[in-house]
Amino acid sequence: MATRWLPILWRLVQTIPVVIGVVIISFLLTRALPGDPAVQFAGQMATPESIEQVRAALGLDKSLPQQFLIYCQALLQGDLGQSVATGRPVLTDLATRLPASLELTLTSLLLSCLIAIPLGVLAAVRQGSWVDHLCRVLVTAGVSLPTFFTGILLIYIFYYLLGWAPSPLGRLDFVYFDPPRVTGFFLIDSLLDGDLRTFTGAAKQLALPAITLALFTLAPIARMTRAAMLTALSSDYIRTACAAGLTPRKVLFGYAFRNALLPVVTTLGMVFSFVLGANVLVEKVFAWPGIGSYAVEALVQSDYAAVQGFVLAMALLFVLINLIIDLSYALIDPRIGFSSK
Amino acid sequence: MSLLNRRAFLASATGAGLLPFLRVLPASAQGSDTLVTVFGQTINSLDLHRVGTNRASYQVAVNCYDRLVGFGAKQLPSGEMSYDYDEIVPELAESWTISDDGLTITFKLKPNATFWDGRKVTAEDVKWSFDRAVSAGGFPTTQMAAGGFFRPDQFEALDAETFVVKLDYPSKLSLPNLAVPVPFIINSEVARAHATEADPWAMEYLHTTPAGSGAYKIARWDQGQQLVYERNDAWVGGDLPAIRRVILREVPSAATRRALVERGDVQISFDIPDRDAAELADKLTVHSTPVENCIHALCLNSKFAPFQDSDVRKAVAYATPYEAIFEAAAYGRGAKLWGGDTEITDTAWPRAFPYDTNLDLAREHMAKSGFVDGFDVTLSISLDLVSWMEPAALLIQEAMAQIGINVTVDRIPGANWRTVALVDKTLDMHLENFGGWLNTPCYYFFWAYQKDRLFNSSAYDNPAVHDLTEQTLHMAMDDPEYAPLIKQMFEIVIEDLPRIPLYQPALNVAMNGADGYEFWFHRQLDVRPLTGAGA
Repeated sequence: MATRWLPILWRLVQTIPVVIGVVIISFLLTRALPGDPAVQFAGQMATPESIEQVRAALGLDKSLPQQFLIYCQALLQGDLGQSVATGRPVLTDLATRLPASLELTLTSLLLSCLIAIPLGVLAAVRQGSWVDHLCRVLVTAGVSLPTFFTGILLIYIFYYLLGWAPSPLGRLDFVYFDPPRVTGFFLIDSLLDGDLRTFTGAAKQLALPAITLALFTLAPIARMTRAAMLTALSSDYIRTACAAGLTPRKVLFGYAFRNALLPVVTTLGMVFSFVLGANVLVEKVFAWPGIGSYAVEALVQSDYAAVQGFVLAMALLFVLINLIIDLSYALIDPRIGFSSK
Repeated sequence: MSLLNRRAFLASATGAGLLPFLRVLPASAQGSDTLVTVFGQTINSLDLHRVGTNRASYQVAVNCYDRLVGFGAKQLPSGEMSYDYDEIVPELAESWTISDDGLTITFKLKPNATFWDGRKVTAEDVKWSFDRAVSAGGFPTTQMAAGGFFRPDQFEALDAETFVVKLDYPSKLSLPNLAVPVPFIINSEVARAHATEADPWAMEYLHTTPAGSGAYKIARWDQGQQLVYERNDAWVGGDLPAIRRVILREVPSAATRRALVERGDVQISFDIPDRDAAELADKLTVHSTPVENCIHALCLNSKFAPFQDSDVRKAVAYATPYEAIFEAAAYGRGAKLWGGDTEITDTAWPRAFPYDTNLDLAREHMAKSGFVDGFDVTLSISLDLVSWMEPAALLIQEAMAQIGINVTVDRIPGANWRTVALVDKTLDMHLENFGGWLNTPCYYFFWAYQKDRLFNSSAYDNPAVHDLTEQTLHMAMDDPEYAPLIKQMFEIVIEDLPRIPLYQPALNVAMNGADGYEFWFHRQLDVRPLTGAGA
């Protein structure tokens, strides 16, 4: 058992230099941003004196190396610093906002996989048929429609015209209380609490934004599935399998699909990390209190600690996702092992 | 489910005792007891004095805290309701007297005023709160200074119900400045209990937990999502509000906010874009109030050589396409500030300058100037304010080309805007939107025309205007000398044109099922006078 965990541990150790790099770069980048937080936070009416008072209060009158040292010391104690804009520890902000983004992103990816992978497989198997064309149309539409447009369109049709969707007011309508916090995922927390009404409420709120994001993420996944399946289906081992008289089912799923899964999983990982940071527009349209809008807000206001915390959290998430993807490679394809790396 | 259905459902749910099952906000979300408001900004603190508290959060100071005095209400000629700068009304103070030399103001507190925890409001609390405002640094301290309040030793609690303010000089701004959101009164006992050595003013605690005596308490605050106000039934600061609970939801997308208020799922959409206001005006109740003492202006920087030429400045003023800008940037919402009379007969401000679009006159002035062949200039705008700045800038660019001025539009990120435009004052030509809280022309001049002031982004330096502003700033408005001095100031800046007024912007509010809206200079929603529909 220990020998199985060792490579994972080794992978984790390898990420330490990456994280240190991220810490340094994010610190320097925030300082290189245009804009002076002291001016920003001195409020509407400011005088040179009040701006200096604010600068001292934020600790920005110290030299850069001093500031970096203070930041690192706090970081080692697990303190990401205090966001000036929200007045709360950055860690608390991230802890409330990251689950909202994750819930939205994961739901939309699940939805998108459920549609895109079968579609891609079918399109590859029945190349040139109507399924293939449908796949092409969906993919083109998904890529070419910007998410905020799809979002507003969906709100217009399903909320404004038809009235099927609930008010696009974030994660829960105001008549509900938040479920007791366990994971931060409202769907899971409400189920853990055994509160089906809140679960339904949260699911309804989630539907439109998740569909919006799913339409967007559909494209790369479906395309990659189709391409990988085509490559797999035209390989020698499939011909051999067919010649050996295996059932089409076995050939398709046991051999072709399994081999095609590798690039699909890779794409999935990329799409996930991309979408998590990039769904700001969807968050804005649906008033979703996620991490994307938090980061943009922090950037606009030169809220250093918040920006640094966001970048660091994202970097850690990337590392984790890469690890999970590598592990799943090993599951899908036994030839890939950690020891060989 | 529309709100009406929801209300009916909630009403029945209460009756049937279903509430423990349905995890809703406690019962009374029925009838017109509850209003739901959406807006695009975010409330980032419940304490106005904290460093970093944004503008949207000022409304917490208005709705949850009391001041000694407040402003009355008046009906504008347009029929809209507005606060009344000229009428100071009691809030926590029952009465006040000003000494003959104008240096001492003595307040008597209402004997029955209590904080939310039931403790009586005393002069000690007022003193502690004022000390905090002048000592906290940053915005509150600057705003207090505008009224002549600089140091804690100016405030004294004579006995539990008598509070005295001593001024270094008499000023007409002192009393009104006690009615702005900043000098709000905090339950000092609660605050002190949570103060630490590093945080003597309990900023950490009051940031999330207000402790006041105001008309509304905070029932809950989910930062970045919503704020729920709940009425304080023991409020004595004014007439008890009609609405028991006001839910404030943050919805960043203007399109989503519009859908919500059109559908009637929310009753108020606060601060909507001019375009939505123009389009919704036929369907819903839309209040568009020109923002007092606020001007959207085209600023010409005196550090830029061509703008040191008076003829160039006038040429620009005559070439500016005012009407087109007003229609394209403001959708006709607000007030026009061009084509006014040359003769100054009153002290109204903002006022229409006596310039209008006239390309012939503009060309004449260019021909007279030292820049007959024209010149290149950069017109800077803020990315945070593109909704009005972008169309205005493009129209100006097009118009200036006709008199030989080659304009390049530069878009500056919001984080950097204040630094370059207001602090460094390095933008040659730019758009600016200053508005003063205290509604007097001299106050506007103090911030926007006096040398080195923050909003004097044109780096305008005219000793005469500087002195006139100093003279008038604290002078009573009914002083016989006041009006003539103000007229002189108007004449100089109309001639000098460091800022060319484009129009006076409007604050737009759409209502669907609510009533009682009042405009306030702080441009935030005062929920206290609101009522349900048809009330």
